[in-house]
Amino acid sequence: MSILEKKIAADIESYLKEHENKELLRFITCGSVDDGKSTLIGRLLHDSKMIFEDQLAAIKKDSKKSGTTGDEFDLSLLVDGLQSEREQGITIDVAYRYFTTDKRKFIIADTPGHEQYTRNMATGASTADLAIILIDARYGIQTQTKRHSFIAKLLGIKHIVVAVNKMDLIDFSEDVYENIKKEYLSFAKDIELSEDITLIPLSALNGDNVVDVSQKTPWYKGETLLHLLENIEIGSDRDLVHFRLPVQYVNRPNLDFRGYCGTISSGIISVGDNITVLPSKKSSKVKEIVTYDGNLEYAYAQQAITLTLEDEIDISRGDTIVKSDEQPDSANAFDVNIVWMSEEPLLKHKSYLIKRASSVVAGSIKCFYYKTDVNTQEHQSANLLNLNEIGHAQLELETSLAYDPYIKNKAMGSFIIIDRVTNNTVGAGMITQKSQTDSKTKAPEYGEFEIELNALIRKHFPHWEAKEIF
Amino acid sequence: MIDTKRLTHLKQLEAESIHILREVVAEFDNPVMMYSVGKDSAVMLHLALKAFFPAKLPFPLLHVDTGWKFKEMIEFRDKRAKEEGFELLVHTNPEGVEKSINPFVHGSAVHTDIMKTEGLKQALNKYKFDAVFGGARRDEEKSRAKERIYSFRDKNHRWDPKNQRPELWSIYNSRVHKGESIRVFPLSNWTELDIWQYIYLEHIPIVPLYFAKKRPIVQKDGIKIMVDDERVPLEEGEEIKEEMVRFRTLGCYPLTGAVESSATTLPEIIQEMLLTKTSERQGRVIDNDSAGSMEKKKMEGYF
Repeated sequence: MSILEKKIAADIESYLKEHENKELLRFITCGSVDDGKSTLIGRLLHDSKMIFEDQLAAIKKDSKKSGTTGDEFDLSLLVDGLQSEREQGITIDVAYRYFTTDKRKFIIADTPGHEQYTRNMATGASTADLAIILIDARYGIQTQTKRHSFIAKLLGIKHIVVAVNKMDLIDFSEDVYENIKKEYLSFAKDIELSEDITLIPLSALNGDNVVDVSQKTPWYKGETLLHLLENIEIGSDRDLVHFRLPVQYVNRPNLDFRGYCGTISSGIISVGDNITVLPSKKSSKVKEIVTYDGNLEYAYAQQAITLTLEDEIDISRGDTIVKSDEQPDSANAFDVNIVWMSEEPLLKHKSYLIKRASSVVAGSIKCFYYKTDVNTQEHQSANLLNLNEIGHAQLELETSLAYDPYIKNKAMGSFIIIDRVTNNTVGAGMITQKSQTDSKTKAPEYGEFEIELNALIRKHFPHWEAKEIF
Repeated sequence: MIDTKRLTHLKQLEAESIHILREVVAEFDNPVMMYSVGKDSAVMLHLALKAFFPAKLPFPLLHVDTGWKFKEMIEFRDKRAKEEGFELLVHTNPEGVEKSINPFVHGSAVHTDIMKTEGLKQALNKYKFDAVFGGARRDEEKSRAKERIYSFRDKNHRWDPKNQRPELWSIYNSRVHKGESIRVFPLSNWTELDIWQYIYLEHIPIVPLYFAKKRPIVQKDGIKIMVDDERVPLEEGEEIKEEMVRFRTLGCYPLTGAVESSATTLPEIIQEMLLTKTSERQGRVIDNDSAGSMEKKKMEGYF
């Protein structure tokens, strides 16, 4: 019996108490089958005891049938899901795995590393707090390593872990590892990848530096992979300053109650706050923050709430509720990054449906600035986008939308593209800024002193309702 | 330590599920919630009550009754409908009733196909639902790990693993042509432990069959079957014994194995689950047929 099992057996109530307060961390694993990705995930599940006996028995049976590791049971079979994929020997879609430790619950988006599957990685990356990029220590940084890093940056993943795997096959050589590290960090700087990058030398097959510190890498002073996953700070990734509530649903059970439901994408709202509804610009005050468990005094990012207001104003799904003293900009033409996900190419001037948070509006591409080769990160001219291509373009909408750039606020700056005939989701996009050609005038630029003074005024004289300037 | 402006993992899962429930009600014309009366359904119902509070549920619940559910499940179902005031639709495949489909006689595959899969399709065709909430979780079974939260079904309710829509962020594509539908899984990211922990924390009512009690049991093919009514045939050498058992999952009583247990409280159930390490679907007869059997059933229209 492990220590954990003893604890559970001895005092389940205190175990439950501890586990009530865990945090959730979502991460994505990028790499090909050959990098040992499935083995790494299998190792995390196995060493954190998330594999059940009957599943293990089934794997042992399957290992004999289709496994690639001979007599030993093949951890990768645990994660290679669908039957059709197992027959092909590759994972062909995003699969989600779950495991939990004393500290955190983890959701893994497991995505394949093959070139044609850029869309799968973008899908998995869209909800990830952190990316694990696998490198085979024997081969160092490959084209696919750069591709994975580029997509992680595009989707705005803030924390990057580079797992330098198969260290056992190069005798745990410090030199090889250090060279890979130097080369990777230099590449990361070139593409302006996240500031938070950690490299870990490990062996998924044998478990070195995955859960336990390896005796074979005395020169490595950093954390094990699991220790990092359990402890990395993600709470400060959230924006608690700029309040945004995309209205999802208007709840009207009777004539006396009109509640505006939605998930707060950023910021904090309190009873009594002055709010403005966009795009109508009508204002009111928060009367109540209603939940099934009782009314709240305040609510914050990620909570799903219902607001009632002091005044009866017309609000519908697709509107955004913000605080009156700090409002986002609106526009109908945006510079956007697009990942194209359909066999049918993305065409200029063709009308698509754009779904951003709870808004659905018609829109089309006015022009392409360039497309980026995911392997070389070079810009090329483009007239359309094919499946798995990534481009920078100008998107024009039929109506204007309150927005934030994707890097500042994921929910306010991300959208999917829907084909009007097939109804399929054909692309995904991220707003970088409003287009310069937008008919509205450009915002004035402020000096450092003006910005600081504005911040002080907003902090100490909130009742003046001064607008935030940047 | 978690500060006051940070959600715990359960609160985050709760918020995400509520988001999905509201999104569906806002965008679809005729949604319905599958209600299997089990613990996952109990959690899904609880989340729906939260999502639309103070209103009553803005959609009906649908129970596909095979005629072989545990009696206690049916009692519990009707009691909950009365307490929460939701609209309950119950459908049983009339052809199956006419042919007296019997899992003891026709086997689990035929019974499941006719009474569950066909019964479900009949109900969906009858009411023309365009969105159907289900309580399935991705951690239940390998073929579920790749399931979308919005799972697209064609006019014949079939699931095509190669033709599923990409799903990014929390933006869901609700557009369907006439006759097509979406199965929606608000509990996708919950694990079995999350479900139990949430039931415990939120005091969610569940069917008493989950708790250990002395029950009449007969051993059939190594599986402990509860003698819930007089329809259980006794083969030679089989005898009914009173045993202290409980159920980890609930379905049709002839297809659901009981486990020996002394767990009579929620913490004891969770303790038992954490220490036994046998995944919960093992007690169900239908999954063990062949590799990828769940995948095949899903393509045919099973949940």
